[in-house]
Amino acid sequence: MNAIANLGRIFLSALERLGRAGLFLAETAAGTVTLVRRFPLVMQQVYAVGVLTLLIILVSGLFVGMVLGLQGYNTLVRFGAEDSLGLLVALSLVRELGPVVTALLFAGRAGSALTAEIGLMKATEQIAGMEMMAVDPVKRVIAPRLVAGIIAMPLLAALFSAIGVLGGHLVGVGLLGVDAGAFWSQMQSGVDFQEDIMSGVLKSLVFGVVCTWIAVFEGYDAVPTSEGVATATNHTVVYSSLAVLAIDFIMTSLLLTEV
Amino acid sequence: MNARRQKSPSGSSRKKTSGATVPSSLPAGDILVDVRDVHMNFGGRDVLRGLSLQIPRGSVTAIMGGSGCGKTTLMNLIGGRLKPTAGQILVDGQSVPDLEKDELFELRKRMALLFQTGALFTDLSVFENVAFPIREHTKLPEPILRKVVLMKLETVGLRGARDLMPSELSGGMARRVALARAIVMEPMMIMYDEPFTGLDPISKGVIAKLIRELNQSLGITSIVVSHDVAETCLISDYAYLVGDGRIIGQGTPAEVQKSGSEHVRQFMDGLPEGPVPYQYPTKTGYIDDLVAGNT
Repeated sequence: MNAIANLGRIFLSALERLGRAGLFLAETAAGTVTLVRRFPLVMQQVYAVGVLTLLIILVSGLFVGMVLGLQGYNTLVRFGAEDSLGLLVALSLVRELGPVVTALLFAGRAGSALTAEIGLMKATEQIAGMEMMAVDPVKRVIAPRLVAGIIAMPLLAALFSAIGVLGGHLVGVGLLGVDAGAFWSQMQSGVDFQEDIMSGVLKSLVFGVVCTWIAVFEGYDAVPTSEGVATATNHTVVYSSLAVLAIDFIMTSLLLTEV
Repeated sequence: MNARRQKSPSGSSRKKTSGATVPSSLPAGDILVDVRDVHMNFGGRDVLRGLSLQIPRGSVTAIMGGSGCGKTTLMNLIGGRLKPTAGQILVDGQSVPDLEKDELFELRKRMALLFQTGALFTDLSVFENVAFPIREHTKLPEPILRKVVLMKLETVGLRGARDLMPSELSGGMARRVALARAIVMEPMMIMYDEPFTGLDPISKGVIAKLIRELNQSLGITSIVVSHDVAETCLISDYAYLVGDGRIIGQGTPAEVQKSGSEHVRQFMDGLPEGPVPYQYPTKTGYIDDLVAGNT
Protein backbone atom coordinates (compact mmCIF):
# COMPACT_ATOMS: atom_id res chain seq x y z
CA MET A 1 0.00 0.00 0.00
CA ASN A 2 2.83 2.31 0.93
CA ALA A 3 4.60 1.63 -2.33
CA ILE A 4 1.53 2.62 -4.31
CA ALA A 5 1.15 5.78 -2.25
CA ASN A 6 4.80 6.61 -2.88
CA LEU A 7 4.40 5.98 -6.59
CA GLY A 8 1.40 8.29 -6.62
CA ARG A 9 3.33 10.94 -4.74
CA ILE A 10 6.25 10.79 -7.17
CA PHE A 11 3.88 10.97 -10.13
CA LEU A 12 1.99 13.93 -8.66
CA SER A 13 5.16 15.85 -7.84
CA ALA A 14 6.49 15.20 -11.35
CA LEU A 15 3.22 16.42 -12.79
CA GLU A 16 3.30 19.50 -10.56
CA ARG A 17 6.82 20.28 -11.71
CA LEU A 18 5.84 19.83 -15.34
CA GLY A 19 3.01 22.29 -14.77
CA ARG A 20 5.39 24.78 -13.24
CA ALA A 21 7.78 24.34 -16.16
CA GLY A 22 4.89 25.01 -18.54
CA LEU A 23 3.89 28.20 -16.75
CA PHE A 24 7.55 29.22 -16.69
CA LEU A 25 7.80 28.73 -20.47
CA ALA A 26 4.66 30.79 -20.99
CA GLU A 27 6.04 33.57 -18.77
CA THR A 28 9.35 33.48 -20.62
CA ALA A 29 7.62 33.55 -23.99
CA ALA A 30 5.67 36.62 -22.87
CA GLY A 31 8.96 38.13 -21.70
CA THR A 32 10.57 37.81 -25.13
CA VAL A 33 8.54 40.84 -26.26
CA THR A 34 10.91 43.08 -24.31
CA LEU A 35 13.92 41.61 -26.13
CA VAL A 36 13.51 44.00 -29.04
CA ARG A 37 15.00 46.64 -26.75
CA ARG A 38 17.62 44.23 -25.41
CA PHE A 39 18.77 42.61 -28.63
CA PRO A 40 22.48 42.82 -27.70
CA LEU A 41 21.71 40.45 -24.82
CA VAL A 42 20.40 37.87 -27.29
CA MET A 43 23.51 38.26 -29.47
CA GLN A 44 25.70 37.73 -26.43
CA GLN A 45 23.86 34.50 -25.62
CA VAL A 46 23.94 33.27 -29.23
CA TYR A 47 27.70 33.59 -28.91
CA ALA A 48 27.72 31.71 -25.58
CA VAL A 49 25.45 28.83 -26.58
CA GLY A 50 26.12 28.81 -30.33
CA VAL A 51 29.60 29.91 -31.25
CA LEU A 52 31.22 28.27 -28.25
CA THR A 53 29.48 24.98 -29.12
CA LEU A 54 30.71 25.15 -32.70
CA LEU A 55 33.95 23.25 -32.26
CA ILE A 56 32.43 20.13 -30.70
CA ILE A 57 29.66 20.19 -33.32
CA LEU A 58 32.07 20.44 -36.26
CA VAL A 59 34.46 17.77 -35.02
CA SER A 60 31.60 15.39 -34.16
CA GLY A 61 29.91 16.08 -37.49
CA LEU A 62 33.08 15.26 -39.39
CA PHE A 63 33.55 11.94 -37.62
CA VAL A 64 29.89 10.95 -37.87
CA GLY A 65 30.03 11.68 -41.63
CA MET A 66 33.21 9.65 -41.99
CA VAL A 67 31.72 6.67 -40.14
CA LEU A 68 28.59 6.91 -42.28
CA GLY A 69 30.82 6.87 -45.36
CA LEU A 70 32.60 3.71 -44.21
CA GLN A 71 29.52 1.83 -43.03
CA GLY A 72 27.40 2.94 -45.95
CA TYR A 73 30.00 1.91 -48.50
CA ASN A 74 30.40 -1.46 -46.82
CA THR A 75 26.70 -2.20 -47.14
CA LEU A 76 26.05 -0.59 -50.53
CA VAL A 77 28.99 -2.26 -52.25
CA ARG A 78 27.38 -5.67 -51.66
CA PHE A 79 24.54 -4.62 -53.94
CA GLY A 80 26.78 -2.74 -56.33
CA ALA A 81 25.03 0.46 -55.29
CA GLU A 82 28.06 2.34 -53.92
CA ASP A 83 27.25 5.27 -56.24
CA SER A 84 24.35 6.05 -53.90
CA LEU A 85 26.72 6.66 -51.01
CA GLY A 86 26.31 10.45 -51.26
CA LEU A 87 22.55 10.13 -51.06
CA LEU A 88 22.72 7.79 -48.07
CA VAL A 89 25.10 10.01 -46.14
CA ALA A 90 23.15 13.19 -46.89
CA LEU A 91 19.73 11.76 -46.07
CA SER A 92 20.88 10.16 -42.80
CA LEU A 93 22.46 13.41 -41.71
CA VAL A 94 19.85 15.90 -42.82
CA ARG A 95 16.82 13.96 -41.64
CA GLU A 96 18.07 12.28 -38.48
CA LEU A 97 21.61 12.45 -37.27
CA GLY A 98 22.12 16.18 -37.82
CA PRO A 99 19.27 17.41 -35.64
CA VAL A 100 19.43 14.59 -33.08
CA VAL A 101 23.17 14.38 -32.45
CA THR A 102 23.43 18.18 -32.45
CA ALA A 103 20.68 18.37 -29.85
CA LEU A 104 22.39 15.73 -27.69
CA LEU A 105 25.72 17.55 -27.91
CA PHE A 106 23.99 20.88 -27.32
CA ALA A 107 22.39 19.53 -24.13
CA GLY A 108 25.76 18.33 -22.89
CA ARG A 109 27.75 21.43 -23.77
CA ALA A 110 25.42 24.46 -23.81
CA GLY A 111 22.44 23.18 -21.79
CA SER A 112 24.49 22.14 -18.80
CA ALA A 113 26.36 25.46 -18.89
CA LEU A 114 23.07 27.39 -18.94
CA THR A 115 21.71 25.44 -15.98
CA ALA A 116 24.88 25.84 -13.94
CA GLU A 117 25.10 29.55 -14.72
CA ILE A 118 21.49 30.33 -13.79
CA GLY A 119 21.62 28.01 -10.77
CA LEU A 120 24.73 29.74 -9.46
CA MET A 121 23.20 33.17 -10.11
CA LYS A 122 20.36 32.03 -7.89
CA ALA A 123 22.70 30.58 -5.24
CA THR A 124 24.72 33.82 -5.06
CA GLU A 125 21.53 35.92 -4.75
CA GLN A 126 22.08 37.63 -8.11
CA ILE A 127 18.56 36.66 -9.20
CA ALA A 128 17.10 37.89 -5.91
CA GLY A 129 19.16 41.08 -6.20
CA MET A 130 17.77 41.68 -9.67
CA GLU A 131 14.21 41.23 -8.40
CA MET A 132 14.87 43.70 -5.62
CA MET A 133 16.11 46.20 -8.20
CA ALA A 134 12.72 45.87 -9.86
CA VAL A 135 14.20 44.03 -12.84
CA ASP A 136 12.36 40.86 -13.83
CA PRO A 137 14.98 38.10 -14.10
CA VAL A 138 12.73 36.12 -16.42
CA LYS A 139 12.87 38.95 -18.94
CA ARG A 140 16.48 39.94 -18.34
CA VAL A 141 18.18 36.55 -17.83
CA ILE A 142 15.92 33.74 -19.05
CA ALA A 143 14.25 35.13 -22.18
CA PRO A 144 17.49 36.05 -24.04
CA ARG A 145 18.91 32.59 -23.32
CA LEU A 146 15.80 30.80 -24.56
CA VAL A 147 15.70 32.83 -27.78
CA ALA A 148 19.43 32.32 -28.32
CA GLY A 149 19.03 28.55 -27.95
CA ILE A 150 16.22 28.51 -30.50
CA ILE A 151 18.31 30.56 -32.95
CA ALA A 152 21.48 28.54 -32.44
CA MET A 153 20.17 24.99 -32.66
CA PRO A 154 19.06 24.89 -36.34
CA LEU A 155 22.24 26.67 -37.40
CA LEU A 156 24.40 24.19 -35.51
CA ALA A 157 22.43 21.26 -36.94
CA ALA A 158 22.88 22.62 -40.47
CA LEU A 159 26.63 22.96 -39.95
CA PHE A 160 26.77 19.46 -38.47
CA SER A 161 25.08 18.01 -41.56
CA ALA A 162 27.23 20.03 -43.95
CA ILE A 163 30.50 18.98 -42.40
CA GLY A 164 29.18 15.42 -42.11
CA VAL A 165 28.57 15.29 -45.85
CA LEU A 166 32.15 16.48 -46.38
CA GLY A 167 33.34 13.73 -44.02
CA GLY A 168 31.41 11.16 -46.00
CA HIS A 169 32.94 12.52 -49.21
CA LEU A 170 36.40 12.37 -47.70
CA VAL A 171 36.06 8.70 -46.90
CA GLY A 172 33.83 7.57 -49.77
CA VAL A 173 35.45 9.44 -52.64
CA GLY A 174 38.91 10.07 -51.26
CA LEU A 175 39.57 6.75 -49.57
CA LEU A 176 37.25 4.14 -51.03
CA GLY A 177 37.17 5.32 -54.62
CA VAL A 178 33.48 6.15 -55.11
CA ASP A 179 32.99 8.33 -58.19
CA ALA A 180 32.79 11.98 -57.15
CA GLY A 181 30.28 12.87 -59.84
CA ALA A 182 27.94 10.07 -58.80
CA PHE A 183 28.36 10.98 -55.12
CA TRP A 184 27.18 14.58 -55.66
CA SER A 185 24.62 14.04 -58.44
CA GLN A 186 22.78 11.24 -56.60
CA MET A 187 22.64 13.50 -53.58
CA GLN A 188 21.39 16.43 -55.64
CA SER A 189 18.58 14.49 -57.28
CA GLY A 190 17.62 12.41 -54.25
CA VAL A 191 17.43 14.97 -51.43
CA ASP A 192 14.14 16.85 -51.43
CA PHE A 193 14.16 20.34 -50.01
CA GLN A 194 10.68 20.28 -48.53
CA GLU A 195 10.53 16.68 -47.37
CA ASP A 196 14.09 16.12 -46.19
CA ILE A 197 15.82 19.37 -45.41
CA MET A 198 12.84 21.26 -44.00
CA SER A 199 11.80 18.32 -41.83
CA GLY A 200 15.31 18.31 -40.37
CA VAL A 201 15.17 22.06 -39.77
CA LEU A 202 11.77 21.69 -38.09
CA LYS A 203 13.12 18.98 -35.85
CA SER A 204 16.12 21.03 -34.79
CA LEU A 205 13.87 24.02 -34.08
CA VAL A 206 11.72 21.89 -31.76
CA PHE A 207 14.83 20.42 -30.13
CA GLY A 208 16.15 23.96 -29.67
CA VAL A 209 13.01 24.98 -27.78
CA VAL A 210 12.91 21.81 -25.66
CA CYS A 211 16.62 21.62 -24.77
CA THR A 212 16.90 25.30 -23.86
CA TRP A 213 13.60 25.25 -21.99
CA ILE A 214 14.75 22.31 -19.87
CA ALA A 215 18.14 23.95 -19.26
CA VAL A 216 16.82 27.35 -18.15
CA PHE A 217 14.00 25.86 -16.08
CA GLU A 218 16.31 23.45 -14.26
CA GLY A 219 18.65 26.35 -13.48
CA TYR A 220 15.89 28.68 -12.33
CA ASP A 221 14.23 25.96 -10.26
CA ALA A 222 17.48 24.64 -8.76
CA VAL A 223 17.91 24.37 -5.01
CA PRO A 224 20.37 27.23 -4.39
CA THR A 225 23.19 25.13 -2.95
CA SER A 226 26.20 23.50 -4.61
CA GLU A 227 24.48 20.13 -4.40
CA GLY A 228 21.28 21.57 -5.84
CA VAL A 229 23.08 23.10 -8.83
CA ALA A 230 24.94 19.83 -9.47
CA THR A 231 21.66 17.88 -9.46
CA ALA A 232 20.00 20.42 -11.73
CA THR A 233 22.87 20.25 -14.24
CA ASN A 234 22.65 16.48 -14.20
CA HIS A 235 18.88 16.65 -14.78
CA THR A 236 19.34 18.98 -17.72
CA VAL A 237 21.53 16.54 -19.62
CA VAL A 238 19.43 13.47 -18.78
CA TYR A 239 16.01 15.02 -19.41
CA SER A 240 17.14 16.81 -22.59
CA SER A 241 18.61 13.63 -24.06
CA LEU A 242 15.51 11.57 -23.29
CA ALA A 243 13.18 14.30 -24.52
CA VAL A 244 15.12 14.69 -27.78
CA LEU A 245 15.05 10.96 -28.55
CA ALA A 246 11.37 10.59 -27.67
CA ILE A 247 10.32 13.67 -29.61
CA ASP A 248 12.43 12.53 -32.55
CA PHE A 249 10.44 9.31 -32.75
CA ILE A 250 7.11 11.15 -32.56
CA MET A 251 8.13 13.76 -35.12
CA THR A 252 9.60 11.22 -37.51
CA SER A 253 6.41 9.18 -37.47
CA LEU A 254 4.38 12.30 -38.15
CA LEU A 255 6.68 13.64 -40.86
CA LEU A 256 7.17 10.44 -42.84
CA THR A 257 4.08 10.65 -45.02
CA GLU A 258 4.74 7.42 -46.90
CA VAL A 259 4.43 5.23 -43.79
CA MET B 1 14.98 61.46 -9.33
CA ASN B 2 15.26 63.91 -6.43
CA ALA B 3 11.83 65.29 -7.04
CA ARG B 4 10.37 61.83 -6.78
CA ARG B 5 11.96 61.24 -3.41
CA GLN B 6 10.71 64.49 -1.98
CA LYS B 7 7.23 63.97 -3.29
CA SER B 8 6.64 60.65 -1.64
CA PRO B 9 5.92 61.79 1.97
CA SER B 10 2.84 63.69 0.92
CA GLY B 11 1.40 60.98 -1.35
CA SER B 12 -2.16 62.10 -0.65
CA SER B 13 -3.93 59.30 -2.49
CA ARG B 14 -2.25 56.63 -0.43
CA LYS B 15 -3.67 55.05 2.68
CA LYS B 16 -2.51 56.84 5.80
CA THR B 17 -0.77 54.99 8.59
CA SER B 18 -2.38 56.97 11.38
CA GLY B 19 -3.65 53.86 13.16
CA ALA B 20 -0.16 52.89 14.27
CA THR B 21 0.72 53.24 17.89
CA VAL B 22 4.11 54.90 17.90
CA PRO B 23 6.29 54.28 20.94
CA SER B 24 6.98 57.48 22.83
CA SER B 25 10.74 57.35 22.37
CA LEU B 26 10.57 57.00 18.56
CA PRO B 27 12.16 59.95 16.78
CA ALA B 28 9.61 62.42 15.47
CA GLY B 29 8.52 62.13 11.85
CA ASP B 30 6.08 59.99 9.91
CA ILE B 31 6.26 56.24 9.58
CA LEU B 32 7.70 54.81 6.35
CA VAL B 33 7.47 51.11 7.19
CA ASP B 34 4.72 49.80 9.39
CA VAL B 35 4.71 46.10 10.27
CA ARG B 36 1.65 45.05 12.23
CA ASP B 37 1.23 41.74 14.03
CA VAL B 38 2.97 39.70 11.34
CA HIS B 39 3.07 35.92 11.57
CA MET B 40 5.24 33.83 9.29
CA ASN B 41 5.30 30.07 9.09
CA PHE B 42 7.83 28.04 7.13
CA GLY B 43 6.94 24.37 6.76
CA GLY B 44 5.26 24.13 10.17
CA ARG B 45 7.83 26.26 12.01
CA ASP B 46 6.74 29.68 13.27
CA VAL B 47 9.52 32.11 12.39
CA LEU B 48 7.60 35.27 13.25
CA ARG B 49 4.84 35.31 15.87
CA GLY B 50 2.98 38.56 15.97
CA LEU B 51 5.87 40.92 15.25
CA SER B 52 5.06 44.64 15.05
CA LEU B 53 7.41 47.53 14.41
CA GLN B 54 7.52 50.97 12.87
CA ILE B 55 10.37 52.53 10.94
CA PRO B 56 10.29 56.34 10.97
CA ARG B 57 11.17 58.14 7.75
CA GLY B 58 14.67 59.54 7.52
CA SER B 59 16.11 57.55 10.42
CA VAL B 60 18.62 54.77 10.85
CA THR B 61 16.76 51.95 12.56
CA ALA B 62 18.50 48.84 13.78
CA ILE B 63 16.85 45.45 13.93
CA MET B 64 19.02 43.18 16.03
CA GLY B 65 18.65 39.59 17.09
CA GLY B 66 20.37 36.25 17.13
CA SER B 67 20.97 34.18 14.02
CA GLY B 68 17.81 32.51 12.77
CA CYS B 69 15.47 34.77 14.73
CA GLY B 70 13.67 35.89 11.59
CA LYS B 71 15.50 39.13 10.77
CA THR B 72 16.19 38.25 7.15
CA THR B 73 12.63 36.91 6.78
CA LEU B 74 11.39 40.27 8.00
CA MET B 75 13.41 42.05 5.30
CA ASN B 76 12.13 39.74 2.62
CA LEU B 77 8.61 40.48 3.82
CA ILE B 78 9.16 44.24 3.66
CA GLY B 79 10.70 43.86 0.19
CA GLY B 80 7.73 41.79 -0.96
CA ARG B 81 9.77 38.67 -1.73
CA LEU B 82 7.65 36.71 0.76
CA LYS B 83 4.03 36.99 1.78
CA PRO B 84 3.22 36.80 5.52
CA THR B 85 1.00 34.03 6.88
CA ALA B 86 -0.94 36.75 8.72
CA GLY B 87 -0.58 40.44 9.51
CA GLN B 88 -0.05 43.69 7.65
CA ILE B 89 3.03 45.26 6.10
CA LEU B 90 2.78 48.83 4.91
CA VAL B 91 5.59 50.60 3.08
CA ASP B 92 5.00 54.26 2.30
CA GLY B 93 1.29 53.63 2.91
CA GLN B 94 1.04 50.72 0.45
CA SER B 95 0.21 47.23 1.65
CA VAL B 96 3.12 45.21 0.26
CA PRO B 97 1.57 41.69 0.28
CA ASP B 98 -1.46 42.93 -1.68
CA LEU B 99 0.49 44.63 -4.49
CA GLU B 100 0.39 43.32 -8.05
CA LYS B 101 3.74 42.48 -9.63
CA ASP B 102 3.90 45.78 -11.55
CA GLU B 103 3.02 47.83 -8.48
CA LEU B 104 5.53 45.90 -6.39
CA PHE B 105 8.26 46.58 -8.97
CA GLU B 106 7.34 50.30 -8.95
CA LEU B 107 7.71 50.31 -5.15
CA ARG B 108 11.00 48.40 -5.34
CA LYS B 109 12.45 51.08 -7.59
CA ARG B 110 12.24 53.31 -4.52
CA MET B 111 13.74 50.83 -2.06
CA ALA B 112 17.00 48.95 -2.07
CA LEU B 113 18.17 45.81 -0.32
CA LEU B 114 21.85 45.35 0.31
CA PHE B 115 22.52 41.64 0.42
CA GLN B 116 25.03 40.16 2.81
CA THR B 117 27.11 38.84 -0.09
CA GLY B 118 26.65 41.98 -2.17
CA ALA B 119 24.98 39.93 -4.92
CA LEU B 120 27.03 41.68 -7.63
CA PHE B 121 26.63 40.37 -11.16
CA THR B 122 29.76 38.35 -11.73
CA ASP B 123 29.74 38.83 -15.51
CA LEU B 124 29.71 42.63 -15.30
CA SER B 125 32.47 45.03 -14.25
CA VAL B 126 32.14 47.29 -11.21
CA PHE B 127 31.09 50.18 -13.45
CA GLU B 128 28.48 48.12 -15.27
CA ASN B 129 27.15 46.70 -12.01
CA VAL B 130 26.49 50.20 -10.70
CA ALA B 131 25.11 51.31 -14.08
CA PHE B 132 22.77 48.30 -14.25
CA PRO B 133 19.67 49.80 -12.56
CA ILE B 134 20.01 53.03 -14.58
CA ARG B 135 20.30 51.13 -17.86
CA GLU B 136 17.29 49.00 -16.97
CA HIS B 137 14.99 51.74 -15.75
CA THR B 138 15.94 54.91 -17.58
CA LYS B 139 17.07 56.07 -21.01
CA LEU B 140 19.81 58.31 -19.65
CA PRO B 141 22.35 59.27 -22.34
CA GLU B 142 25.72 57.57 -21.94
CA PRO B 143 27.75 60.69 -20.89
CA ILE B 144 25.32 61.52 -18.09
CA LEU B 145 25.09 57.88 -17.02
CA ARG B 146 28.87 57.81 -16.76
CA LYS B 147 28.88 60.89 -14.53
CA VAL B 148 26.18 59.48 -12.24
CA VAL B 149 27.96 56.15 -11.87
CA LEU B 150 31.33 57.79 -11.17
CA MET B 151 29.74 60.06 -8.57
CA LYS B 152 28.24 57.10 -6.74
CA LEU B 153 31.51 55.17 -6.94
CA GLU B 154 33.32 58.22 -5.55
CA THR B 155 30.86 58.29 -2.63
CA VAL B 156 31.93 54.79 -1.63
CA GLY B 157 35.57 55.52 -2.44
CA LEU B 158 35.90 53.08 -5.33
CA ARG B 159 36.04 55.29 -8.40
CA GLY B 160 39.45 53.83 -9.09
CA ALA B 161 38.07 50.29 -9.10
CA ARG B 162 35.55 50.89 -11.86
CA ASP B 163 37.15 48.49 -14.34
CA LEU B 164 37.64 45.60 -11.93
CA MET B 165 35.49 42.50 -12.08
CA PRO B 166 33.60 41.41 -8.92
CA SER B 167 35.91 38.40 -8.53
CA GLU B 168 38.83 40.82 -8.06
CA LEU B 169 37.23 42.63 -5.11
CA SER B 170 37.62 41.95 -1.41
CA GLY B 171 34.51 41.32 0.70
CA GLY B 172 34.41 44.88 1.98
CA MET B 173 34.92 46.37 -1.49
CA ALA B 174 32.18 44.16 -2.96
CA ARG B 175 29.79 45.41 -0.31
CA ARG B 176 30.72 49.02 -1.08
CA VAL B 177 30.12 48.47 -4.80
CA ALA B 178 26.76 46.90 -3.92
CA LEU B 179 26.04 49.98 -1.82
CA ALA B 180 26.88 52.27 -4.75
CA ARG B 181 24.52 50.21 -6.90
CA ALA B 182 21.83 50.42 -4.22
CA ILE B 183 21.95 54.24 -4.06
CA VAL B 184 22.34 54.88 -7.79
CA MET B 185 18.56 55.22 -8.27
CA GLU B 186 18.37 57.41 -5.15
CA PRO B 187 15.91 55.25 -3.22
CA MET B 188 13.82 56.45 -0.30
CA MET B 189 14.94 53.50 1.80
CA ILE B 190 17.81 51.00 2.03
CA MET B 191 17.67 47.74 3.94
CA TYR B 192 21.07 46.41 4.97
CA ASP B 193 21.20 42.66 5.58
CA GLU B 194 24.04 41.94 8.02
CA PRO B 195 26.28 44.69 6.58
CA PHE B 196 29.14 44.00 9.00
CA THR B 197 29.35 40.23 8.87
CA GLY B 198 32.68 38.82 7.78
CA LEU B 199 34.44 42.17 7.45
CA ASP B 200 37.70 43.32 9.01
CA PRO B 201 37.52 46.23 11.52
CA ILE B 202 38.56 48.84 8.93
CA SER B 203 35.92 47.73 6.41
CA LYS B 204 33.35 47.59 9.20
CA GLY B 205 34.15 51.17 10.11
CA VAL B 206 33.93 52.24 6.47
CA ILE B 207 30.53 50.62 5.99
CA ALA B 208 29.23 52.10 9.26
CA LYS B 209 30.41 55.56 8.22
CA LEU B 210 28.78 55.16 4.79
CA ILE B 211 25.44 54.08 6.25
CA ARG B 212 25.42 57.12 8.52
CA GLU B 213 26.57 59.55 5.81
CA LEU B 214 24.10 58.33 3.21
CA ASN B 215 21.34 58.73 5.74
CA GLN B 216 22.40 62.29 6.52
CA SER B 217 23.33 63.56 3.05
CA LEU B 218 20.60 61.90 0.98
CA GLY B 219 17.95 61.54 3.69
CA ILE B 220 17.64 57.83 2.94
CA THR B 221 15.71 55.86 5.54
CA SER B 222 17.95 53.02 6.62
CA ILE B 223 17.11 49.70 8.19
CA VAL B 224 20.14 47.86 9.50
CA VAL B 225 19.55 44.22 10.26
CA SER B 226 22.48 42.90 12.23
CA HIS B 227 23.67 40.89 15.17
CA ASP B 228 26.74 43.08 15.51
CA VAL B 229 25.71 45.00 18.64
CA ALA B 230 28.58 47.46 18.98
CA GLU B 231 28.74 48.71 15.37
CA THR B 232 24.99 48.82 14.96
CA CYS B 233 24.28 50.74 18.16
CA LEU B 234 26.89 53.29 17.17
CA ILE B 235 25.12 54.34 13.98
CA SER B 236 21.43 53.83 14.70
CA ASP B 237 18.84 56.27 16.03
CA TYR B 238 16.49 53.59 17.22
CA ALA B 239 16.83 49.88 17.81
CA TYR B 240 14.51 46.90 17.89
CA LEU B 241 15.55 43.60 19.38
CA VAL B 242 13.95 40.53 17.85
CA GLY B 243 13.77 37.22 19.66
CA ASP B 244 11.42 34.30 19.60
CA GLY B 245 9.65 35.71 16.52
CA ARG B 246 8.60 38.99 18.14
CA ILE B 247 10.02 42.26 19.44
CA ILE B 248 11.58 41.72 22.87
CA GLY B 249 13.03 45.17 23.36
CA GLN B 250 13.13 48.59 21.73
CA GLY B 251 14.34 52.12 22.27
CA THR B 252 17.33 54.28 21.51
CA PRO B 253 20.55 52.25 21.53
CA ALA B 254 21.37 53.66 24.97
CA GLU B 255 17.98 52.62 26.33
CA VAL B 256 18.28 49.14 24.90
CA GLN B 257 21.75 48.72 26.34
CA LYS B 258 20.43 49.66 29.80
CA SER B 259 17.37 47.40 29.53
CA GLY B 260 16.67 45.18 32.53
CA SER B 261 14.92 42.47 30.48
CA GLU B 262 16.63 39.13 30.88
CA HIS B 263 16.25 38.26 27.18
CA VAL B 264 17.69 41.62 26.05
CA ARG B 265 20.53 41.36 28.54
CA GLN B 266 21.48 37.90 27.27
CA PHE B 267 21.77 39.20 23.72
CA MET B 268 23.48 42.51 24.47
CA ASP B 269 26.03 40.89 26.79
CA GLY B 270 26.49 37.76 24.68
CA LEU B 271 25.70 35.26 27.45
CA PRO B 272 25.57 31.58 26.43
CA GLU B 273 22.77 30.71 28.86
CA GLY B 274 19.53 32.61 29.44
CA PRO B 275 16.04 32.72 27.97
CA VAL B 276 17.60 31.51 24.69
CA PRO B 277 18.81 28.03 25.69
CA TYR B 278 22.30 26.80 24.79
CA GLN B 279 20.98 23.37 23.84
CA TYR B 280 18.88 22.85 20.76
CA PRO B 281 15.60 21.42 22.10
CA THR B 282 15.35 17.60 22.10
CA LYS B 283 12.61 15.21 23.16
CA THR B 284 14.86 12.67 24.90
CA GLY B 285 17.14 13.23 27.86
CA TYR B 286 20.93 13.17 27.39
CA ILE B 287 21.50 9.89 29.30
CA ASP B 288 18.52 8.15 27.65
CA ASP B 289 19.83 9.22 24.25
CA LEU B 290 23.33 7.82 24.94
CA VAL B 291 22.00 4.55 26.39
CA ALA B 292 19.59 4.05 23.49
CA GLY B 293 22.54 3.34 21.19
CA ASN B 294 23.42 0.14 23.17
CA THR B 295 20.46 -1.93 22.01
